[in-house]
Amino acid sequence: MLKTTQMRLAALAVAATLGAGAQAAQTITGAGSTWVYPLVAKWSTVYAKNTGIQVNYQSIGSGGGIAQIKAGTVAFGASDKPLTPAELAQSNLIQFPTAIAGEDVVYNVPGIKPGELVLSGPVVADIFMGKVKSWNDPEIAHLNRGVKLPAMPITVVHRSDGSGTTFTFANYLSKVSPEWKTRIGADTSIAWPTGVGGKGNEGVASYVQRIKGAVGYVEYAYIIENHMAYARMLNSAGKVVSPSLAGFQAAAANVDFTKAEDFYVILTDQPGAASWPISGCTWQILRKSAPKATNASVTAFFRWGFEHGQDIARSIAFGPLPPSTIHAIEAYWKKNLGI
Amino acid sequence: MESSEAAVGQKLTPAAEEPGTAGRGRPLSADSLFHGVCVSMAGLVGVALVAIVIAIAVDSLPAIRTFGVLGFLKSSEWDPVSEHFGAFPFIVGTLVSSAIAMVLAVPVSFGVAVFISELAPAWMRQPVSAAIEMLAAVPSIVYGLWGLLVFAPAFANLEPWINDHLGALPLVGALFQGPPMGIGMLTAGIVLAIMILPYITAIMRDVFVATPTRLKESAYAMGATTWEVARQILLPYTRTAVTGGIFLGLGRALGETMAVTFVIGNSNNLSASLLMPGASIPSVIANEFTEATSKLYVSSLIYLGLVLIAITLIVQVLAVLLLGSVRRGAVSSR
Repeated sequence: MLKTTQMRLAALAVAATLGAGAQAAQTITGAGSTWVYPLVAKWSTVYAKNTGIQVNYQSIGSGGGIAQIKAGTVAFGASDKPLTPAELAQSNLIQFPTAIAGEDVVYNVPGIKPGELVLSGPVVADIFMGKVKSWNDPEIAHLNRGVKLPAMPITVVHRSDGSGTTFTFANYLSKVSPEWKTRIGADTSIAWPTGVGGKGNEGVASYVQRIKGAVGYVEYAYIIENHMAYARMLNSAGKVVSPSLAGFQAAAANVDFTKAEDFYVILTDQPGAASWPISGCTWQILRKSAPKATNASVTAFFRWGFEHGQDIARSIAFGPLPPSTIHAIEAYWKKNLGI
Repeated sequence: MESSEAAVGQKLTPAAEEPGTAGRGRPLSADSLFHGVCVSMAGLVGVALVAIVIAIAVDSLPAIRTFGVLGFLKSSEWDPVSEHFGAFPFIVGTLVSSAIAMVLAVPVSFGVAVFISELAPAWMRQPVSAAIEMLAAVPSIVYGLWGLLVFAPAFANLEPWINDHLGALPLVGALFQGPPMGIGMLTAGIVLAIMILPYITAIMRDVFVATPTRLKESAYAMGATTWEVARQILLPYTRTAVTGGIFLGLGRALGETMAVTFVIGNSNNLSASLLMPGASIPSVIANEFTEATSKLYVSSLIYLGLVLIAITLIVQVLAVLLLGSVRRGAVSSR
């Protein structure tokens, strides 16, 4: 019932362009995550120029993407939160990662420059739980000797809309803070104990830039675009790292995707001296029961993206997958789809 | 068949040319056809409404079974991770933001309507009316962006003053304390007030203008001031329509989504202060529906929609009851 409602609603948006789905072998349709939308949109423009094949991707949200692929109205769905192997098996689906993105804590503290502040996972968790209330709290000061921290109250800014960015952030905090894990946990929306909610990355970015003493989390691309004050983070290897594409890729390189069933790995808090701790992924979901030609056209598109779309990905702050991961994905396609 | 249709056409044309004779001497067939069309149009609206309510109720069932009715309405917990859902903070947010909007919009609308109908020189009436109506033509997303990017920063500068002055008052002081963020329940109420202003004003202006001139002139002739005319002639004469206009505005405020989502602050935690962020039923649905993946989560969001329909319905019923008592009051006071 519910599935059909969600589908019906989402389908309104997709229906117009899907109408002629069957007749158009030259069109691949997908729907889901808003996070991966800029990447798929840029890839598909170039792909259409090179091959004549159109990729029509509707960024209706991960929930909608999962519902659509389960209902079989699209050739691929995209979700920021991976489905568990059990859930995939139950619905006869497969999933694989697309690209790596990272996010970081941003702040608006007068006198503190971008990258000047160093934070650790447990301290970030305490800030976002409302336990650390002031910028000159000993927990923050301990990590920032020599930085002049003002006695200014902290205003937490979080996402108001359901988002893969929130899932990744909360997943990281669950790994580094036992209290966060038991009290709050991780999902695309969570029960925030404190703070204000901004809609989208741009909403969080604008609140943080306007409210003095604010702290929030946004995708890396927004930090670059808006020249925001970002924090350096203490990673699981005990090293202080700055957010960078290399750091996101280092996090993925340390994951042995060949051992993870259905790529069910979340890239947060990975080991390795260069690993950026708040890295995330978007997953593409396919139906095993779809016509082989449909699945082949989808995998051909992503194979092209993995091989030729790396510069495009970098230009919009997505880290390309490491070669070892791409090999694992190709082996996974062969095993599950015979492609 | 053909001949009867032709007859309808012939008979209708002259009837339409003679205003004032409509309804008299019209052939039964044309009238019954028109009657049938109107009834089916009205019926269609009813069927659509019932169908919507049924569809929403059916999809709410998993959440209704899990949380019950009172349990859902009373619970303040909204936790997608542990799948505990309660509507209380959003019901409060919806009612409070709408109440603020009404408190601000109704007196201003009344003032504008009296100005246009009684005080303004003739050349000014049309431009002022047009300006007010323009407010209704602005899309709500524009109000949201304006509220977020223009109004909220300016309001944030005013909030320390509100903290110091209104926040220091006994009893109501707690309503006006909080960090100067510029967004929150009060901001949402103010933006809503601007959005519903044109609806209430338009209705008030129309009925004030339509009030018989002899009534107003007689009062002025007896030495009444404009305020006395407004208070004792215009309002009593038009109270049914004025109340209707106010409830039209309230209905719109309750369901407004985008503008509120931008400025209410989107916090699911209840707060005593109007300067603190909150959330309304439409805002939480708009925020969370797209990424809601579990069945119970989606169902709870749809259940929230059902609660909003119920609130709107209760407001409508109250409006009808109030109108009834206003009419009785008007009759007994004569």
